Amino acid sequence: MIYLEVKPEEFKSTCLKLHKELHSPVMMLFVDDERIEQGGYFIYCAFLSFKEQQWSWVKTRLPADNPVFDSIAKEIYSANLFEREIKEMFGLEPLGNPDNRRLRLHDEVWPEGHFPLRKDFSGANAGGRVGEYSAGQVFGEGIFEVPVGPVHAGIIGPGHFCFSVAGEPIIKLSTRFGFTHRGIEKLLENKLPDEGVALAERVSGDSSLAQAQAFCRAIENISKLIVPERALYLRAIFLELERMYNHISSIGGMAIDVGFSFPAALCSIIKEALQALNDRLVGSRFLKGAVAIGGCRDIKEGDKKLIIDSLAIIMADFSEVRKMLLTSVSFMDRVDTTGRLSLENAENLGVLGMAGRASGLAVDLRDNIYPYSAAGFKMMVRNEGDVLARLIIRLDEFEESGRLIQELLDKLPKGETMSQPGKYSQGSGLGAVEGARGPVLYWARLNNEGRIVRCKIVDPSFRNWTGLSLAVLENIVPDFPVCNKSFDLSYAGNDL
Amino acid sequence: MTMLSHILKNRLKKGLVTRPIASQEIDSLGQELNRTINKIFKRSLHIREVDTGSCGACESEIIAATNPIYDLQRFGISFVASPRHADALLVTGPVSKNMVLALKKTYEAMPEPKFVITLGDCALDGGVFKGSYYVENGVSSVLPVSLHIPGCPPTPLEIIKRLLAFL
Ligand code: SF4
Repeated sequence: MIYLEVKPEEFKSTCLKLHKELHSPVMMLFVDDERIEQGGYFIYCAFLSFKEQQWSWVKTRLPADNPVFDSIAKEIYSANLFEREIKEMFGLEPLGNPDNRRLRLHDEVWPEGHFPLRKDFSGANAGGRVGEYSAGQVFGEGIFEVPVGPVHAGIIGPGHFCFSVAGEPIIKLSTRFGFTHRGIEKLLENKLPDEGVALAERVSGDSSLAQAQAFCRAIENISKLIVPERALYLRAIFLELERMYNHISSIGGMAIDVGFSFPAALCSIIKEALQALNDRLVGSRFLKGAVAIGGCRDIKEGDKKLIIDSLAIIMADFSEVRKMLLTSVSFMDRVDTTGRLSLENAENLGVLGMAGRASGLAVDLRDNIYPYSAAGFKMMVRNEGDVLARLIIRLDEFEESGRLIQELLDKLPKGETMSQPGKYSQGSGLGAVEGARGPVLYWARLNNEGRIVRCKIVDPSFRNWTGLSLAVLENIVPDFPVCNKSFDLSYAGNDL
Repeated sequence: MTMLSHILKNRLKKGLVTRPIASQEIDSLGQELNRTINKIFKRSLHIREVDTGSCGACESEIIAATNPIYDLQRFGISFVASPRHADALLVTGPVSKNMVLALKKTYEAMPEPKFVITLGDCALDGGVFKGSYYVENGVSSVLPVSLHIPGCPPTPLEIIKRLLAFL
């Protein structure tokens, strides 16, 4: 972890330099209101050199009376959403960023001049102003718009999509999110770390394990808590179980979205088997309560066998799914070359996780990390960047997860699964976990009472939604669902 | 082997997947549910689902209730794409401010008779999100609610049981 504290006027140039040298998108960019303690706002920008998994931070203090900073979004596009977020949540102006639309606090319901993440925020009672949200229109002969959402036809989260189409092909997709904004970062303020775990689990319910684990890592890093060996292994096993049920769910979704129902049904049977296994292991189908600060739940006598036996059945079903999908000509015809996201676009947008790996971006936070290194973790990468590539990445990662679980179980050390309870110390720290969709990042700062003062959450969906907007271009509208499912992003994780 | 015979082979090999114990329980529950739905909605209950800010786990369990193992549809309950086709509105989430209007409009688009079911602890009173600056602390502050299915999230079996107890 490298921290560079610079003067405000050097903030931009330092960020640009790190971005170039490390070849990293903006991983996190956020503000911490320290006006009471330090008389100003601190702005943090994080980069990651992927090979060494080395984090570099640029930090600067903005005076309370003139809280502005130089926008870096024109040079580093992956900073754009973060800057908009800072502007709406703290009221700090990113100088030179042309996009000043709000992300989550919709104009229609939220008045001007109320910044929820400022420390002196005391709520806003008045409503917003009714107006048209500008989605960036496309004009021209024969071009029309197809607005969809926020309420969709399926059982799914809310989001607004506006397609500009010329005939069948999509020439622009504008998205608007924030419909599931719940104000989680604010809710975490003043909480004791142990109370925060339950909230982290509910940031995005289908990745509650990755969320909770990243949150716990942040707190453990601050307080220098040593997590026992056995817990590290079990956490990895749980994380892979979560990846498996998510991947199989997305695979089934892709089959459904092109009308191939038999393998989709088989996928839902596999998902059910995995969630039932989760339930038997830790008493939650979503692995809630599995991790805690300092460790995790232990598994019971006989659970090793239960996992291995369940996986045997699951893998047998899975190999049928794989065969069925990849040998069906009509299915392959729908997914091959559909929804391409180029490596260049993925890099510029800061797309990471499995969607990035399907476009040739070899980044996985599990790489070279213990205990994955001990289990011979193999990263999956493809170069095509289309729906098929994202499908195959999921298929391959599903198999790899199954293998990893067996390997980790084999090597599972004996001993405790919780560290000795200690006091939470003052300070800040990062927790980073590779969830099913990609990197789940939590940065937290605790005060001298051990309470949370600020917790910044970045779900992989936040960075990857824009990837979808580019991937669908020149595809026909009826292929949008399968493109969307191939990313399978979380509304809740994006909206916080 | 052609794709169709491959599917057929797999179908036969896999057999009936509905879990025996669960199936008995659900079947007896289901018959009762069926009788009620027969009476009111003439053999079918159509549900439109709306997420007002859930974490997504509740949606996942609703979908699971329709998988081949729980197979909610065999009791005449199905999920529809449009509120115009719906008898009941199933709402999850604590109601984010951004969803108030969409929730009301969805409800208004439904034909009478209609009723609202909430699902999941945060839809009742905000749950873990209660007191946030951006949530309305539950659905009942916006719409009249006839039934609540508790849990965070409720399991698929629980969802089916509660629907029965109500109808
Ligand atoms: S009730 Fe719990 S599981 Fe359901 S949406 Fe709310 S927080 Fe998520």
